[in-house]
Amino acid sequence: MAEKDKDREVTIELRGIKKIYKMGDQEVAALAGIDLDIHKGEFAALMGPSGSGKSTLMNILGCLDRPTTGSYKLDGSEVSHLTDDELAYTRNRKIGFVFQNFNLLSKLSAVDNVALPLLYAGVGRSERTQRAMHFIEAVGLGPRADHMPSELSGGQRQRVAIARALANDPKIIMADEPTGNLDTKSTHEIMEIFEDLHAQGRTIILVTHEPEIAACASRQLLVRDGIITRDEGRGVVMDIV
Amino acid sequence: MLFFESVQIALKAIVSNKLRSFLTMLGIIIGVAAVISMVSIGMGVRSNVQSSIASLGSNMLIVTPGASNTKGVRGAAGSRKTLKYEDAQAIKKHIKNIDYVSPTVSASYQIVNGHQNWNSSVMGVTPEYMGIQSLEVSAGSFITQENVDKRARVAVIGTTVATNLFGQENPIGKSIRVNNQPFRVVGLLKSKGQSSMGQDQDDTVIVPITTAMNRLMALTYVRTINVQVSSPDKMDQVEDEIEQLLRTRHKLNGKDDDFTVRNLTSLMETMTQTTTMITLLLGSIAGISLLVGGIGIMNIMMVSVTERTREIGIRKALGATFSNIMLQFLIESITVGVVGGVIGIFVGVAGAKAIAYFGNFTTVVTALPIIVSFAFSVGIGLFFGIYPARKAAKLDPIEALRYE
Repeated sequence: MAEKDKDREVTIELRGIKKIYKMGDQEVAALAGIDLDIHKGEFAALMGPSGSGKSTLMNILGCLDRPTTGSYKLDGSEVSHLTDDELAYTRNRKIGFVFQNFNLLSKLSAVDNVALPLLYAGVGRSERTQRAMHFIEAVGLGPRADHMPSELSGGQRQRVAIARALANDPKIIMADEPTGNLDTKSTHEIMEIFEDLHAQGRTIILVTHEPEIAACASRQLLVRDGIITRDEGRGVVMDIV
Repeated sequence: MLFFESVQIALKAIVSNKLRSFLTMLGIIIGVAAVISMVSIGMGVRSNVQSSIASLGSNMLIVTPGASNTKGVRGAAGSRKTLKYEDAQAIKKHIKNIDYVSPTVSASYQIVNGHQNWNSSVMGVTPEYMGIQSLEVSAGSFITQENVDKRARVAVIGTTVATNLFGQENPIGKSIRVNNQPFRVVGLLKSKGQSSMGQDQDDTVIVPITTAMNRLMALTYVRTINVQVSSPDKMDQVEDEIEQLLRTRHKLNGKDDDFTVRNLTSLMETMTQTTTMITLLLGSIAGISLLVGGIGIMNIMMVSVTERTREIGIRKALGATFSNIMLQFLIESITVGVVGGVIGIFVGVAGAKAIAYFGNFTTVVTALPIIVSFAFSVGIGLFFGIYPARKAAKLDPIEALRYE
């Protein structure tokens, strides 16, 4: 397998990632040792039952959280021991995050929501609006740029959220059950956008528990009890346990 | 870097919660307004006291006789008969840095013009009295040195006396009788109104001191000698010199002084200190309400942070740093302080004017309490904003996003 991947650069490299929560005297391992390589341009789906640790893994991958032990190299540099502000910088520039419940700011218009990551990247006002408009048009919401989130449908909100994830033009997009709150039609639209993004060469990591959604991805990872138990879609099916 | 943006975010948050923002500001508004109006009352009292002392003349030394002591029985202060008209002349002659020396005597007499009579105090003075008391004559002239030298029976009268004896008639050149002796009215004093002690300053008759001592009162001594010193920094020196001169002239040789020299400037300093204390007291009581207003800001900011936990989580997930969030909330609380402070200044100044208008108080609005209370309200916004802002900035993004 290593031979086969030599031509593709590794963008995410996890080694022995553990996340342990202390509950009173008890220690609960949400992640019990994850080794994972994600290559540039890969479209990976993380699957697993609730409580399996896939969300914890996603948070660590998205630099929202730090592992208790283990190494996480993002584009070759270690990020597992960065300070809060360094993690904020990494989230801002390198990763676009899409949430299940959209997480738009209700008091900002669609275009202002999209411009938020640019604000924290220090981009000036006019350029910010221009770039935000570009991405909001790219997800097909140009005419609704000035609408408030409450005036948009679920599918439209999620498209705004995707536009926001794209605002700083990150190479990696992470989505935590992006279609979990959407109807079938919207789900299709959103998945089409993700496939487009994949086609543009972006790395996409998506958490889902719907097999049809996972089928869109080129690689499926199954998380169970804090470890990856299955890794398929790269020509080989590996049942690790 | 994001200062301007943070101000905009903060303003939006304040505007979107109008009633709450206003109620939060109200604490600051009341505090600032209270400080400004209370201090203006204190300053008003102070300016009253100062002007009443200043009306006695600036750079004044007042020499009065000491208490008499007859076989151990002590009389009232000023009851000694040892202070002479010649003492005043000697002070004028021998001591430098003096503008005016004005000895005075006074007594009450029945003043008569034809069928009209009036009881008033008669002052015997020298021409310098006019300068020392900043008196002006509205008609005629003041007592001259010649009048003093000749013990002339001339009088300058105040408007109250003129009205009571002459009505609308012009008194100049007319004759009045003081203690049954005829005096010619040579001048009419310009009205000075009531003194701050409630005395009618226009109810007076002024005659040459020599006339008063020899012809009216049969006195060999004077009541007071007012000395005006040329500059404030010479006060102490002149005071010492007068004391030494009088000790020599009165041949005291180490016995207790039979006179007192009072320094009006030091009296003024004491009074100013007292009124400053009053002002500070009023100001600090009002300052407490400003502090309470600040605690109100903190309280609301804490609620606001809790309410917006999710917003904070989203902002952090998208790359907001600790200082981004800190700045956003700090600016919000400072803005509440600034806006509350500005409104408070207007309310306070208006309040001070209203107190002056309705309460018959003198209020003096000065820049200092305005600047201080404004700076204080901004500082309170900052100080009481720090804790909630820190709390917001330290939120863990995952926890914050999970918050419902």
